[in-house]
Amino acid sequence: MAVIAELPDNVAVTKLDELVSWCRKNSLWPMPFATACCGIELMSTGASRHDIARFGAEVFRFSPRQCDLMIVAGRVVMKMMPVLQRIWQQMPEPKWCMAMGACASSGGVFDTYSVVQGIDRFVPVDMYVPGCPPRPEQLIQAIIDLQAKIQREGTLWGREFDAPSRQQPKRALQES
Amino acid sequence: MPLSPLSPSAELAADRTQPYLWTMNFGPQHPAMHTTLRLVLTLDGETVIDAVPDIGYLHSGFEKLAEHLDYNQYVAVTDRMNYVSPLANNVAWHCAVEKLLGIETPRRCQYIRVIVAELSRITDHLLALGAMGLDTGAFTHFIYAYSAREDLYDIFEAICGARLTTSYTRVGGLKLDLSPTALQMIRDFLRRFPRTLEDMARLLHQNRIFVDRTRGIGVLSKEDAINLSCSGPVARASGVTRDLRRDEPYLAYGDFDFDVCCDRRGDCFARYLVRMDEMRESVKIVQQAIENLPAGPVNLGDQARSILPQKTAVYTTIEGLITHFELVMSNRGIKVPCEEVYAATEAPNGELGFYLVGDGGPRAYRARCRPPSFIHFAAFPHLIRGHTVSDVVAVLGSLNIIAAELDR
Amino acid sequence: MSDVSSNTMDALPAEFADLLSSEFRGQRRIVVPADRLIEVLKTLKEKLGYDLLADLTCVDYLTYRDAQHRFGLVYNLANTETNQRLIVRCFLDDPEPTVPSAVPLWAGANWLEREVWDLFGIRFAGHPDLRRVLLPEGFASHPLRKDYPLQGRGERHNLPVITRAEG
Repeated sequence: MAVIAELPDNVAVTKLDELVSWCRKNSLWPMPFATACCGIELMSTGASRHDIARFGAEVFRFSPRQCDLMIVAGRVVMKMMPVLQRIWQQMPEPKWCMAMGACASSGGVFDTYSVVQGIDRFVPVDMYVPGCPPRPEQLIQAIIDLQAKIQREGTLWGREFDAPSRQQPKRALQES
Repeated sequence: MPLSPLSPSAELAADRTQPYLWTMNFGPQHPAMHTTLRLVLTLDGETVIDAVPDIGYLHSGFEKLAEHLDYNQYVAVTDRMNYVSPLANNVAWHCAVEKLLGIETPRRCQYIRVIVAELSRITDHLLALGAMGLDTGAFTHFIYAYSAREDLYDIFEAICGARLTTSYTRVGGLKLDLSPTALQMIRDFLRRFPRTLEDMARLLHQNRIFVDRTRGIGVLSKEDAINLSCSGPVARASGVTRDLRRDEPYLAYGDFDFDVCCDRRGDCFARYLVRMDEMRESVKIVQQAIENLPAGPVNLGDQARSILPQKTAVYTTIEGLITHFELVMSNRGIKVPCEEVYAATEAPNGELGFYLVGDGGPRAYRARCRPPSFIHFAAFPHLIRGHTVSDVVAVLGSLNIIAAELDR
Repeated sequence: MSDVSSNTMDALPAEFADLLSSEFRGQRRIVVPADRLIEVLKTLKEKLGYDLLADLTCVDYLTYRDAQHRFGLVYNLANTETNQRLIVRCFLDDPEPTVPSAVPLWAGANWLEREVWDLFGIRFAGHPDLRRVLLPEGFASHPLRKDYPLQGRGERHNLPVITRAEG
């Protein structure tokens, strides 16, 4: 490949992976899988005061086919888990999943017979947001962090998703 | 467990004999489904012949959890029950516990509980109406409502340190007294809020689309409202003049002058109007409560053996130390009678009651919550039959179903 | 807390004189045997004006001290004209606890009875549609019974797992 000796000022050279990641991270379309209290804070984040549009992620779409970021806001119970999995499978690649709040991440205060103890047992999760519920600022920070992660690791063909670190460990199905 | 098709109810199975009817699944993940509700609609063209609600997509075992947490710990879980108005749940829970114990909180505590309960009624109705507007296509209305809600969240943060999960009440008192800053914030809010309400009313009251989509839709008659056990704004919009704040005055509600907002028409628009009027009445109640806020302690004294004493008392007096010790030791705690009691409060959504069974120990033997959303959603098929698919969201919005309270 | 509901004390007619009744914090409770339940509820609704079934729930007395029966149903009635309340109790025992359904009297009892069936396993004879309401159809137990553990019996872990490669 010939090296271009001289470039005009308005041309930048980059890797294709980085260019694609830059586009992807700044136009995340969230799929609000809001089930409980965190859903209210998710609405707060989308409403006028906190205004998630400042970070390019305001296009909430309830159709999974149009989204690339699933925000699971609230506890997921065993009756809901198949729904969550089906929606996750309907989302096109590349896609990311965010577990918002203590319940989605670990079950939170609901260590009961019906609540799934962390959605990462059953679907892959890229980002965990602590808090019960997280404040809107916290959620915005999580989106910024996810953007950084996409920029850092993202590739055109989604090779980063094949990395062993992205395959969530198969947890024991039965607790002792 | 796999996602199974809903087993049909008797009447739906009967409808299957008519081949032109078809079945549509609605939810549980749908923007108008208020988080996790699911409906299976039987349609004749665009007309809804029948609707079978399928719930439980957020059943988290609240009542089982209540049997394993003590009377003060469980308040943190009630926050998450109706997450739109957590303070009203806190108040309802501890009203029930105090009724079981037979203790009466100081006047100042009762007034503060009235203030927070009414403020949370405003937050609830704001979201209910905002979401109802959103579902019928009025996004601006939602933004107005949410902006006022953010102001209220600031107030809740000043009162108890959290926006949403407040956990404000304790057995025999409150976590904190109202600070002067919080009082000032409430006063400022009360001055600004009627203007916001007027703006919201101007956006929707005369809005042709909204009025056409809600007037005459989902009519609930007075007899049906009682027969279906409805309460709160849903029943009052149908002409049932029942408001527990007036009819069974709890806390300090007997001291205040307010109207019970009613309507006769029983349709979605009537429910919307009742909620709007209730917010105005709530403003009146909070104003009166702030003007006449009694001085004095917010918590019961050491004799009641129900609330943890102040830290200074624990460190400096033997009575305080003993009380603290008695309450925090795992085999001591609050002494409740081996009895059963039902206590109801008028929560924003309707009658929120707790049926408590005490067994002498620090935890409830059984804590049943009477959830208004559950009962209102059971009435939904009755309301929607004969209307069109687009009316489903309007009726749902007007009922204000909160999934966590519905499923618990 | 003030109790206005204490005026429930007057108004029980003579035909209920044989029923056990008690009072606590101003709330009147009557105990009705299962075979007379519907008759009593009907009289209360039609003759005495208790037209609102405010709540219907159940208590499992398995580990309750000195309890004589396993289950106790709680019918929480209210009179919308006079604002009186009355709690009707009905005690049941294993096996196959069954009571007649109150749906013919109150349409609102439909889901409340389904919930009690779901969480306690009490059958309501004559109920039009007695399915589980909160838990999935295939769920094996009745979780609010006292012999069911808080963390369940592994149902919440018994779900398929999706990995990146599959999803």
